[in-house]
This record gives sequence, structure tokens and C-alpha cells, in this order.
Amino acid sequence: MKAAVLVFPGSNCDRDLAVAFEAAGADVEMVWHKDTKLPDGVDIVGVPGGFSYGDYLRCGAIAANSPITHELKSHADRGGYVIGICNGFQILTETGLLPGALLRNAGLKYICKHVPLKVETSASAFTEGYNAGDVLSIPIAHHEGNYFADDETIKRLSGEDRVAFTYTENPNGAKADIAGILSENRRVLGMMPHPERAADVGHGGTDGTALFRALMGAMTPA
Amino acid sequence: MKARVHVMLKTGVLDPQGEAVRHALGALGFDGVNGVRQGKVIELDLAEDASEADVTQMCEKLLANTVIESYQVEMLS
Repeated sequence: MKAAVLVFPGSNCDRDLAVAFEAAGADVEMVWHKDTKLPDGVDIVGVPGGFSYGDYLRCGAIAANSPITHELKSHADRGGYVIGICNGFQILTETGLLPGALLRNAGLKYICKHVPLKVETSASAFTEGYNAGDVLSIPIAHHEGNYFADDETIKRLSGEDRVAFTYTENPNGAKADIAGILSENRRVLGMMPHPERAADVGHGGTDGTALFRALMGAMTPA
Repeated sequence: MKARVHVMLKTGVLDPQGEAVRHALGALGFDGVNGVRQGKVIELDLAEDASEADVTQMCEKLLANTVIESYQVEMLS
């Protein structure tokens, strides 16, 4: 399996994500935001966390209009897999690949800690290594992680089993406790918590490992 | 040609920053502040033939996220 990790100015989880992909058995290529082409034969594109473009204007807004992001959209439109974590999730909502938006945390503070994270569905390449109902310990590190969408969208997401993860102790005011969601074809995942920071014993937890492992086994060609 | 764009969180979208400012005003003794909403103002210096429709396009594509924000365009000469 071949993975590409996008790198924007201000990305800071790009290498962590690459290490997690590699540990799960993927060949990884880093792709700079000014590149206009993804490597041939890429199965999954990782959009990493960080502060792309210094979070100027809105988190993810500038990255959503970067040259490589147009390629990312075509990749997703072709049925390719995409995972966006933290700032990557914000970028995916800004591009419209996922619905909703991430607002400032309701408590106004930047939160950096492990949180209990409930797996809501195992029906995706990302989550089939877990059982629905499993509660994982995964770190969050964000200031704008408060998921917002109108009531109709929230209803549709839950009706279509597209809520991948929820918080059991909502840390940021996210609507319906949502921590991660899937696209309609279930091949694009956006989540605020960082599974790549819980993917090695040195991290103090390995609950994120199963996500990357399952992904490598479960992806089917676009 | 100059334009000024006002971007605000939509009504109904929680504005925790505005709320924090409201609390701070109360703590300073300013009574009767029932609500504070915080937004942003973006000033654009444009070519002479730029139209309001151009600026609206800019808002739709980049300056505002219409999922959570509303915007108002003010054309200045």
C-alpha cells in the first residue's frame, strides 16, 4: 500500500503520521503543498495536524486552496482514501470533502490531553479494526475542535452511520459529541483526536495502531 | 476601488470569544451588556473595475465559511 502525506507550511504532525503509516506497512511519500501532482498509485492521502499557514483567516482555509489540495480533491472524487487529522480535519471541511466546520473550543482554551474516544462504527476501512462501542484513549491537541453542522446534517451523519468517533466526555462543545466523521462513500475520514500519537509504546498508548493496521488491510482500489 | 467585508458567525452559532468579552465587560462594571458577537473586518484594495459581484465571489470562495459565517460587502470609492 502506498501512502502520501501532505506537508503545508506549519504542518507539525506530518512526520508522526508518516511513521504511523510506515509502522503499519505502507510505503510513504511526503508531498509538498506546492506540488501539483500526487505520486502515482497512491492509495491513501494523509492530511496532517499542525497550523497550516499559521491558521490565518480560518484554520485550514488557506490550505484548502493550495495547489496540492486540488489533487487531493480529485483523488477523493476518484474514490481514493483520505485521512485528515486535527488541522487535516479542518482542511477537509474547508474543502467541502466533509460537511460541517470546526469552531473555537467552547471553553476557549487550547486542550492537550488524552481523552476517552468511543468508536461509533466499525463499518469503514479506518475503523474495522475496532468494535463499535470500544472506548479508546487517544490524545487531542486543539483550540478549534468544536464540531459544528446544522441539525439536518448531524441527523444525516448519524442516520447514515457516518459518525466514526464520539467523545464520551465532550471536551470542546462539539455537537452530538462528534470527534470524527466519514464521507458518504466512507473513504474519507476526518477526526480531531490524534491516532498517530497513540501508535507506539513510546507514546504512552497504542490505541491508535489498529486504525492504521486495519486501513492497510482493508483498502480496496479506487 | 476599495471594499470592506464584514464577516460574522451566523446567528445560532455559539461565539465563545464574544461570550468571554461580555463576561470581561461585566467584570469591569459595564452593566447591561446583553450580548457580544465578535467578527472580523477585511479591507480589500481592488482594481478600479472591480465589482461587488467579484467581492461576493471572494467571500463565497475564501473570505467566509458560509457553513458558520455570514458576510456583508461594503464597496467604498
